[in-house]
Amino acid sequence: MGWKLDSDRPIYAQLLERIQMQIVSGHYPAGSKLPSVRELAAEAGVNPNTMQKAFSELERSALIQTQRTAGRFVTQDAVLICQLRQRLAREQSEQFFQSMQQLGYTQKEILLFLKTEFEEE
Amino acid sequence: MSYLLETNTLYKYYEKKKTPALNGLTLAIPQGRIIGLLGPNGSGKTTLIKLINGLLTPTSGSLTINGMPPGIESKSVISYLPERTCLQSSMRVSELVAFFADFYQDFSVEKAYRMLASLEIHPDARLKTLSKGAREKVQLILVMSRNARLYILDEPIAGVDPAARDYILKTIISNYQEDATILLSTHLISDIENILDDVILIKDGSILLYAPAEQIREQRGMSLDAYFREVFAC
Repeated sequence: MGWKLDSDRPIYAQLLERIQMQIVSGHYPAGSKLPSVRELAAEAGVNPNTMQKAFSELERSALIQTQRTAGRFVTQDAVLICQLRQRLAREQSEQFFQSMQQLGYTQKEILLFLKTEFEEE
Repeated sequence: MSYLLETNTLYKYYEKKKTPALNGLTLAIPQGRIIGLLGPNGSGKTTLIKLINGLLTPTSGSLTINGMPPGIESKSVISYLPERTCLQSSMRVSELVAFFADFYQDFSVEKAYRMLASLEIHPDARLKTLSKGAREKVQLILVMSRNARLYILDEPIAGVDPAARDYILKTIISNYQEDATILLSTHLISDIENILDDVILIKDGSILLYAPAEQIREQRGMSLDAYFREVFAC
């Protein structure tokens, strides 16, 4: 029960990442309605105020919008979601490259490795 | 901002002891927060809680709850889970629910039965026939079924298994009113740290730190549990 959270990092940042991920991956598609703060907080096993903070942050980046009586919705702006997706993908690949470089791989070797590992499938 | 609970240089000396249990403790707690009251054994947590509930009187200093001194009126806005049970163990769960409903105007029978059902506790069972964990659950359900301003939970999850702990935390999160405050004293920090707004660290009867939980994670880069272990390392 609860989301897997790392308790030595701020919780709201992790909630933010997780919801961003769910929007990017289409779990919450563009224009869809999000659960209420309280529902989501109970699901995650976190304080509603913390969830609220994550939501405010998402609102500031225009990724979600609040319609006063109807609740919160994912943005209709597909370009915005696509940009976020690319940014997250870039972060992931930078991390991957860094870890591979720590293992002593050069840039060329990393690309070759990816090719041989994943291309046949 | 008006505070839900304010204490002003509280001192509490117990007879025959030279060092005070509370050493000039001053505190102001707003509404709408979930606050962890954390400290090692004998730091004064339970003494503070008993003073707030009017079960002890301070040696000197004062405190108010919702602007009132501890008394009948303050008890009507505080829902208190004591560290030790005070319920008649021969009573059936359903009788306890009726007892609480009779006693507290803000008690919701429906809420109590809903929580009992989801924790699979039979209303006809007598308290003494239940396991230690089930008894604790019953007590917590009774306390959380009230619509209080201030919930004070002294060691609420100690005897409960980890799966039920998750459920109970969920229950706490989804059942309290947004403007109510929950003051939660426990040693099981890692289990509850994700639901806390603020943390109060108490040591030798005074406040060592009163800060938002996220601020501790951000500034120290460690979990509350790890921070507690560092601060109170023996």
